[in-house]
Amino acid sequence: MELSYSPQEEEFRARLREWLAKVLPTLPPKPSPGDWPARRAYDLGWQRMLYDAGYADVHWDASPTTRLIFLEETERAGAPYVGANFVGLLHAGPTIAAEGTPAQRARWLPPVLRGEEVWCQGFSEPGAGSDLAALRTRAWRDGDDYVVTGSKIWTSHAEVADWCELLVRTDPQAPRHRGITWLALPMDADGVTVRPLGTLAGSAEFAEVFLDEVRVPAANRVGAENDGWRVTMVTLSFERGTAFVGEVVACRRVLTELASAARENGRWDDPVLRRRLGRLEAEFRALWRLTQWNVSEAEASGGVPGVGGSVFKLRYSHARQDLYDTAADVLGPAALDLDQSWVLDRLSSLSYTIAAGTSQIQRNIVAERILGLPKGR
Amino acid sequence: MRFQLSDDQRALKAGVRELLDGRFGRVALRAAVDAPGRLDRELWRALGDAGFFALRLPEADGGVGLGLPEAVLVFEEAGRALLPGPLVATHLAAGSVPGAATGETVVTAVDGELVEWLDAADVVSGDASDAVPLRSVDPLTPLHRIPAACAAAAPGRRRRETRPAARAGTGAAGPDGCLAGLLTAAEQLGTAVRVQELAVQHARTREQFGQPIGAFQAVKHLCADLLVRAETARVAVYAAAVTGDAADIAAARLLADEAAVRGARDCLQVHGGMGFTWEADVHLHLKRAWVRARRAGGSTESEELLAGRLVV
Repeated sequence: MELSYSPQEEEFRARLREWLAKVLPTLPPKPSPGDWPARRAYDLGWQRMLYDAGYADVHWDASPTTRLIFLEETERAGAPYVGANFVGLLHAGPTIAAEGTPAQRARWLPPVLRGEEVWCQGFSEPGAGSDLAALRTRAWRDGDDYVVTGSKIWTSHAEVADWCELLVRTDPQAPRHRGITWLALPMDADGVTVRPLGTLAGSAEFAEVFLDEVRVPAANRVGAENDGWRVTMVTLSFERGTAFVGEVVACRRVLTELASAARENGRWDDPVLRRRLGRLEAEFRALWRLTQWNVSEAEASGGVPGVGGSVFKLRYSHARQDLYDTAADVLGPAALDLDQSWVLDRLSSLSYTIAAGTSQIQRNIVAERILGLPKGR
Repeated sequence: MRFQLSDDQRALKAGVRELLDGRFGRVALRAAVDAPGRLDRELWRALGDAGFFALRLPEADGGVGLGLPEAVLVFEEAGRALLPGPLVATHLAAGSVPGAATGETVVTAVDGELVEWLDAADVVSGDASDAVPLRSVDPLTPLHRIPAACAAAAPGRRRRETRPAARAGTGAAGPDGCLAGLLTAAEQLGTAVRVQELAVQHARTREQFGQPIGAFQAVKHLCADLLVRAETARVAVYAAAVTGDAADIAAARLLADEAAVRGARDCLQVHGGMGFTWEADVHLHLKRAWVRARRAGGSTESEELLAGRLVV
């Protein structure tokens, strides 16, 4: 057991750090959260800078440890978050890389890497949330096209996406998991309507997408017809790998900021609060170690993220909520002031135990897949 | 980065588990519960022969020459098996107290107001002259208490031989206290993993309403949380063993104490009425976890140390 990095990895870290110090001051100011076109331009601009510097495909081709270092250093330096590039870089991209034809890879992967196209994810539906396999959006084959009708929900970045990784039902007679197909939907096709949804934090982070007899070329199908569930599972395994590395680093920074703020406003003298901060420090140190452990395991198993992802996600979502509840304790009366950034972060943190598999679903996954307890109700 | 057990470390862990299964299996465990206060000196020597105490001594001094990561794996197994005796104090005394390394000498240490296994020990580190026995909640850990008023008294000699130790030396702050904290965390990890396994075993086999209770989400989720706490504690403890850093050790303590104490309680809950009986082993894990959680300053010192790190 060791926690050291190889000379090559340390060299990568040093080079990246040097590059970040050089380019970050040249970035334009961050756009306002409500200005979607500006957000898209900003996020794509950042991806283009990564591409020009040779870091664009770090999520795909690098070893898990290199990816860990990349995410750790970019977060530490305050670099932009992956933002609108999330689905393209971490979901649709890896799926197309793993399951697509050479022509599909050539069409869709370079624009993602170069920061030219944005993807969104059309998985969840009003009637298929935790139970994704219950999805009902229908696709009929008509000549060289599929004709798609249905609706999707919680679609992040839908307002500015060029493409949507879309799950549709092509065989309603087959068992639930066997009649699903994965399509790349062009968002500018006729019959696509996007309706933004407001979040409780006051932002518009996601949307509803309505599909009314939308024609999608059959050439946009990734994997075989009715094999979309397996293709999707390839995608989801990427989500639990190193997706949260940057966030753990960010949480540790927030924790030190909380301590400074508490020192300034006198809350630090309350031993109960102080000890609560100390316990959070233990928590996030452990989550960082869990990340390193999972990455090390992925490295040893040839890059496949293991079941550790569910364990991490469960623990982390609740720790993040605790962190911002403690921030409210540090803020005192200011915890009710929406102009405090921690107050908005606290509101955002409420989604963490829900998005990408609720904590209750995650516990079922851990109990059934890791502990081998029987499936039941 | 190879933050995983090496083949040698895996083999060591398996070897210790086999040794403890053979020398301190369930029959021996229950016999020890029925004879409280008696330390099995033969077992203690067998542990010494196996290198349990001399593990980190250099080979030139008759030790095994291994490091903290290996010690942590060994103590995890000891915790899992509920092995009784002042294991941490004797391990830390190896090399400085004659006979400790070989298991000939049993060493205990004054820890704040408490001393474990005082009557069974040959050597006491610290001043236990005013110690009075108490009825220990853990049938496998006899305890003495030093009245708080005497806690600051000058070092004296209780009996036999005492090794002077600064009172801070056994607190979380001293180097010995730090290591004692890490080895305690490793024992807690052993309990955390064991109670998770016991809970899952029971949930798989116990049937109610015509199915294993593990099919019910309420029980499933208790089991999932048991695993999450144990695995998070595991990486915290292993990382602290690799770095030896005081803050990492404090974090490991907090995570492992929580995983062991809450884990034992959830395991008890999953066992239902059986969990409340003397004959089920669950209560032994809970009681030992309570005893260990009080060691070396407990959670307050760890939390304060980590809070202090936030404002450096």
